[in-house]
Amino acid sequence: MPTASISSTQVCAHRSKALSRKVLASLAVSTLSLAIAAPALAQEDPIKVGILHSLSGTMAISESTLKDTMLMLIEQQNEAGGLLGRELEPVVVDPASNWPLFAEKARELLAQEEVDVIFGNWTSVSRKSVLPVVEELNGLLFYPVQYEGEESSENVFYTGAAPNQQAIPAVDYLMNEVGVERWVLAGTDYVYPRTTNKILEAYLKSQGVADEDIMVNYTPFGHSDWQNIVSEIKQFGGAGKKTAVVSTINGDANVPFYRELANQGVEASDIPVVAFSVGEQELSGLDTAPLVGHLAAWNYFMSVDEDVNYDFIDAWYDYTGDDNAVTNDPMEAHYIGFNMWAEAVRKAETTDVDAVKEAIIGVSVPNLTGGYATMMPNHHITKPVLIGEIQDNGQFSVVWQTPSTVAGDAWSDYLEGSRDLISDWRAPLECGNYNVVQGSCGGGSDVASSE
Amino acid sequence: MNSIAGRHWLSALVLLCLVALGLGQAWAQDAGASEAASSDQGPALLSALAESSFRDKEAAIDAIAESGDERARRWLESFAEGKLARVKDSGAIVVVLENRGRNWPVADALTLEPAGEISRRELDRVSINNSLRGYLDSTLALIDLRVDDPAQRLAAARDLLGEVEAEAVDSLSELAAAESDPEVAATLEQAIAIARVEQGDVAAVEALSGSLNGQARAALMQASRSDDVALAEAAQAALAESEQALKLNRAAETLYFGLSLGSVLVLAAIGLAITFGVMGVINMAHGELIMLGAYTTWAMQQLLPGQPGLALLLAIPAGFLVAALVGVAIERGVIQFLKGRPLETLLATFGVSLILQQLVRTLISPLNRTVVTPEWMSGSLVINEALSLTLNRLYVLGFAILVFAALMLVMRRTRLGLEVRAVTQNRAMARSMGIRATRVDILTFALGSGVAGLAGVALSQLTNVGPNLGQNYIIDSFMVVVFGGVGNLWGTLVAGLSLGVINQVLEPWAGAVLAKILVLVFIILFIQKRPRGLFPQKGRAAEG
Repeated sequence: MPTASISSTQVCAHRSKALSRKVLASLAVSTLSLAIAAPALAQEDPIKVGILHSLSGTMAISESTLKDTMLMLIEQQNEAGGLLGRELEPVVVDPASNWPLFAEKARELLAQEEVDVIFGNWTSVSRKSVLPVVEELNGLLFYPVQYEGEESSENVFYTGAAPNQQAIPAVDYLMNEVGVERWVLAGTDYVYPRTTNKILEAYLKSQGVADEDIMVNYTPFGHSDWQNIVSEIKQFGGAGKKTAVVSTINGDANVPFYRELANQGVEASDIPVVAFSVGEQELSGLDTAPLVGHLAAWNYFMSVDEDVNYDFIDAWYDYTGDDNAVTNDPMEAHYIGFNMWAEAVRKAETTDVDAVKEAIIGVSVPNLTGGYATMMPNHHITKPVLIGEIQDNGQFSVVWQTPSTVAGDAWSDYLEGSRDLISDWRAPLECGNYNVVQGSCGGGSDVASSE
Repeated sequence: MNSIAGRHWLSALVLLCLVALGLGQAWAQDAGASEAASSDQGPALLSALAESSFRDKEAAIDAIAESGDERARRWLESFAEGKLARVKDSGAIVVVLENRGRNWPVADALTLEPAGEISRRELDRVSINNSLRGYLDSTLALIDLRVDDPAQRLAAARDLLGEVEAEAVDSLSELAAAESDPEVAATLEQAIAIARVEQGDVAAVEALSGSLNGQARAALMQASRSDDVALAEAAQAALAESEQALKLNRAAETLYFGLSLGSVLVLAAIGLAITFGVMGVINMAHGELIMLGAYTTWAMQQLLPGQPGLALLLAIPAGFLVAALVGVAIERGVIQFLKGRPLETLLATFGVSLILQQLVRTLISPLNRTVVTPEWMSGSLVINEALSLTLNRLYVLGFAILVFAALMLVMRRTRLGLEVRAVTQNRAMARSMGIRATRVDILTFALGSGVAGLAGVALSQLTNVGPNLGQNYIIDSFMVVVFGGVGNLWGTLVAGLSLGVINQVLEPWAGAVLAKILVLVFIILFIQKRPRGLFPQKGRAAEG
């Protein structure tokens, strides 16, 4: 198995790097502890932090930077004295973009390595695969990517955006500030775009948009021939009404899509494209000069002009040794998630899963956009929603943002079946899908009636 | 929306430009004199731009455009590029020259002289959005209508299509009447007619009748939904006028899309047609050889910064060589030991493909690499207002045909080609005639692999250059070769092009996902009927 052997040496390299840093850190601390007679770090068992991100296969492109982000955050925490006087130890595994392997690796982390918390996953399908394992073994999972909602698990904390923290505000911006009347909903053919588009379609219709003014289009994963679709979009947009494309096209397929847009002369001032899966990292594989003005909706942009953000970016530059490295929204989500977990551990004075789960609700930590993020009882967090326009340097410039933070909503208000559900993991309710009309808890993390 | 204020300002600006045109030289002297008389108004103009909200920025733009300051154009262009920034402490406005990394080199906006580097933390960017960018474009276009260069005037007139406001129509008409260049005049007339139709002028509909221009058709469509019956009917008639021509253009466009997709399939498959089709080796690492060709393009561009075009041209031989060498290594290292054992070859080369992918991930990066498209390959070739062919795909189409022709020549006209055909038809006989079969194997595999590298060079202009590049093409490549008939290069060409066209014809009504499925179902049925593909090998060669 060549894949496995290479990735494990990679992991080893990281471990030894971390180890040498750890030796240095413990040296420094032990000299310090001589002076002030504080307990030395290395005496107790380290706190184990599991990192479950693909380092090989298709998703490595997105997930490997998140692994590095976690290693950087853990290193910083150790330099600052660890947690509860204990050292943090990262445990990196490689689920290799293989969805069933995610579940196996999660089991390995929880049962064999006995980690105290897991940070991981990118795609929804991998999260769905891990979910039963984390619930069975009562683990903690922090999931950092924007997703389609319609899920709430006692053991998962969703630090990425729910649809009401990304898609709906973006559509509101286009409708009210840009005056868009005609909509193309284009997405990759899998669960996140399908659910998001279902929510958006219901929302647009509730706002009085006619059926013939909505065009829905799905493409396979990694689609690279966009000629026909771009030509169709041009045709659809040439009907004398302001048109916009709402894109849930997944990562990789965006590059040829944007290239085709530019080549066929679709400019942002005519037909703007607002994307929910295109961030700084996706744009780094692309000459963005012809794309200036196309939009993206996120809860964080690298270009946000705040000192806390610049500190984070500088630390990332130092950690990667590359002054052209980029930061993105899921990295911020891990930053928030890690700090929330650390804060909850401090509050609970233990890493015990049940204690941390209880302590973390209501915890507020700074985000990177100059505000605070709070963990809500439904295991989602509060986030500001930012709309940015692509610049010629591959960055976004913020053109609009919500006046205050928005709390994540696990169950969409625009879908039949999920409208009446709420999630509240505090006692006495302790339910992920409580039906306020029937006054009963559905149980489980998912809901069959959402279809 | 701030369009009401915008309209007002735009019309004021149009009037101003026209007055300026009328006064000609006198105006310029006047402006020069007034500038000399007062002290520099630059700081005030720029601060107004930097400090106002998005809604008020249009006024600030107009103030700059009307100032007559010779730096005005440069300021507006920098603003349009999002490169204006204000230093937080001093409030001075600077032009950012390079906005990457920790510290940004800047130039003083007033003197336009370089002013060293400033930390990005110290800068407040002067932000811009789409509607302002559109407004700036028409502002700059109106200024450009006065320049001497007809090409620039034409570009400006095109920018004004669909962007002319009601109040500006009369003054623009005068300008169009005075225009010496017929093409510019015609474009301006069209821009005016669009504006008139937008206001509900039935008489102007005639001027747009039969036009293929997107903006003109958009205006007509809007008019056809109007409550004014006469206008709506006239607009519908005008739209119907161009319907036939439009349909023809769409059909031509679909054909082009199909041929272009087909050419990509042919390029990806043609190397495989040699290694799999002619030699009979199932090489699952074929996709990774394509990927290596694409990475070679990237590497060449890294070696020759600032010359993407030259790097791309040099990447053609380099990509061929790199992929051919790796191909030889695979042949010598793995395939030669598994001769005549297709299942083992399949598994072993699949392993090789995983190793190559992970090697790229570990050594270079799991992230996609940026391959720059040279200037001469960007944009599109305009045939008429409804039909334009994207240049990068046009080049790839041409390249695919060239590669195919070259390969045909090699196979038909050279000694190597002769030997390859001899060895594949009857290995034992060929050897007894004195042909060194092993050497032929190596060379053939190198040729097929090198062609895969060429495909990679071409694909780097169309899609992502990343470790997964090859995976996306391996299935399609096998499909094309099997459909075309194993061992037949012509079959690969015809199969690739026809699959491309079928796919693109199906896509508009079936959607991309279903179109792909339908094509696969079609191939399965076809192979059931004709197991040896479109152009089966005939005679004794077929038995081998």
